[in-house]
Amino acid sequence: MSAETAVFLVLAAVAVAGAVSLILQRHPIHSALSLIAVMVSIAGMYLLLGAPFMAAVQIIVYAGAVMVLFVFVIMLLNAGQEERTNLSRMAHYIGVPLGVVFLAEVALWVARGSTQFTVQPSAASSTRGLAELLFKDYVFPFELTSFLILIAILGAIVLARREES
Amino acid sequence: MNALAAAHPILVVALIKIIVLLFLMMTSLAYMTWFERKVVAHIQARWGPYRVGPHGLLQPLADGLKFLFKEDVTPAGADRFVYVLAPFLTLSLAITSIALIPFGPKEIKIFGASTPLAITNLNLGLLFLFAITSMGVYGVALAGWSSNSKYPLLGSLRSSAQMVSYELSMTLSVVGVLLMAGSLNLSEIITAQQGFAWGFLPRWNILAGPLPQILGFFCFFVSAIAETNRLPFDLPEAEGELGGGFHTEYSSFKFAMFFMGEYASMITVSCLATILFFGGWLSPFPQTRAFGWAHYIPAAFFGLAGVALIVHGVRYLTMFGRVALPAIGLALCGLAFLLTRHGLNEIAQGPFWFLLKVLIFLFIYVWVRGTLPRFRYDQLMAIGWKMLLPVSIANVVLTSLAIVVTQR
Repeated sequence: MSAETAVFLVLAAVAVAGAVSLILQRHPIHSALSLIAVMVSIAGMYLLLGAPFMAAVQIIVYAGAVMVLFVFVIMLLNAGQEERTNLSRMAHYIGVPLGVVFLAEVALWVARGSTQFTVQPSAASSTRGLAELLFKDYVFPFELTSFLILIAILGAIVLARREES
Repeated sequence: MNALAAAHPILVVALIKIIVLLFLMMTSLAYMTWFERKVVAHIQARWGPYRVGPHGLLQPLADGLKFLFKEDVTPAGADRFVYVLAPFLTLSLAITSIALIPFGPKEIKIFGASTPLAITNLNLGLLFLFAITSMGVYGVALAGWSSNSKYPLLGSLRSSAQMVSYELSMTLSVVGVLLMAGSLNLSEIITAQQGFAWGFLPRWNILAGPLPQILGFFCFFVSAIAETNRLPFDLPEAEGELGGGFHTEYSSFKFAMFFMGEYASMITVSCLATILFFGGWLSPFPQTRAFGWAHYIPAAFFGLAGVALIVHGVRYLTMFGRVALPAIGLALCGLAFLLTRHGLNEIAQGPFWFLLKVLIFLFIYVWVRGTLPRFRYDQLMAIGWKMLLPVSIANVVLTSLAIVVTQR
């Protein structure tokens, strides 16, 4: 087992554990913290795939800004602990095994479908390569995306504005 | 030990560097408290710590012991896991960033393996530093929330909003430097500032190049002061306003961890400011034959300090001081003598200038803290969004213009 595989297994374990804990935790803040753990381990996997820029940007944007927003909202809304409702027996005794079977089937198809999981060096690996792709070949979609984000911000401000009375 | 070093050289060398740097970092964190208290006291025309050891030099030790032995109170209704996690996050993230800082150009030999004077040398070092800084918001946000109390919650919300806002202008103000250096690697940014304009003016980023990065440095330093929650931007943790802010409900060692985390971020930001704008480990003297005497400045500095300590120490008030201060002075003189040996002198040049510049920035930090009044919260946010952000964007535009014009 090479070091790469070992690191990947650790990161994958953290990501899966974080995702499962995200669903199972009762307090929203603990779920948010689990999501942060998932984001950071995905950043680690980006590093393993040979995209260090993506890893750093994942941490800066996702774990450092988007999740801060989530945590803010949860803190401001003062969301409390969820109550366990124990709604449906069927969901518990049939749903969980079916879910596991579904996951196993997806894993089987993924393992059968692709035999190559190695790093493919591409033009977007280095920062310089990524920058050239973004600003030379794909500059038009890039500017359009920033335009879209601006429209989204304007829409959010207009919708959340207090009415002048 | 040598067999282990031969089998896994990179691991052993890295471990040794980490242990040494961690030890140095923790000591300097402790003595930053002494430094701050002394400087602020002298600004306020008093003496500061004076009794605990000669010139209060053992005060950090006393404070550390106090923090260790104090009762550790957890407020009722506090979320246990998050309450304990928050100071850990703050301190560990702040100390991690020291791993990316290069201290000098030369390589030293540990157990026969030649290694640079930095723990890592990432090609994206600056980006990862900003990633670590942006994760630092969590320590503050979670600390205030998990304390289950009004003032900490208010303080932490304000503080995290402030940190997120000033992160923007901090990262944008650095773009000018990146445009001039052409790389995110911290060592390469320093080597791009080598050379002297007109024979004597160092080509540091703040002075030379297509556009002197004065605006960038101003934006960076002000944003950094706001990012580390220091005066004049420390309303979220001001005692008079918010009863202590996000660390009100923390006692003993967790409180000490918040403090150490704050000083560690200060040190990291000072290191960044010297690397990006002031040439890092580059000496301000030209490296020509005429300035060969400048190579002996570290030795002269330590020698003078040692002699001054000895002369002052033998006439000190207490018995302990009369023994300890001259002993430290002798040690400094010994260090000065070692630095006159050629091999050590070459290795010590880079770190000496680097640490001197970092010390000057830390002094400016404490100086500003002792001098300026606090900003009100709305003034604080207005400065971040309405002044610093447009100025840093303008800096990017001006620098790009200057580069394009001078390259034609």
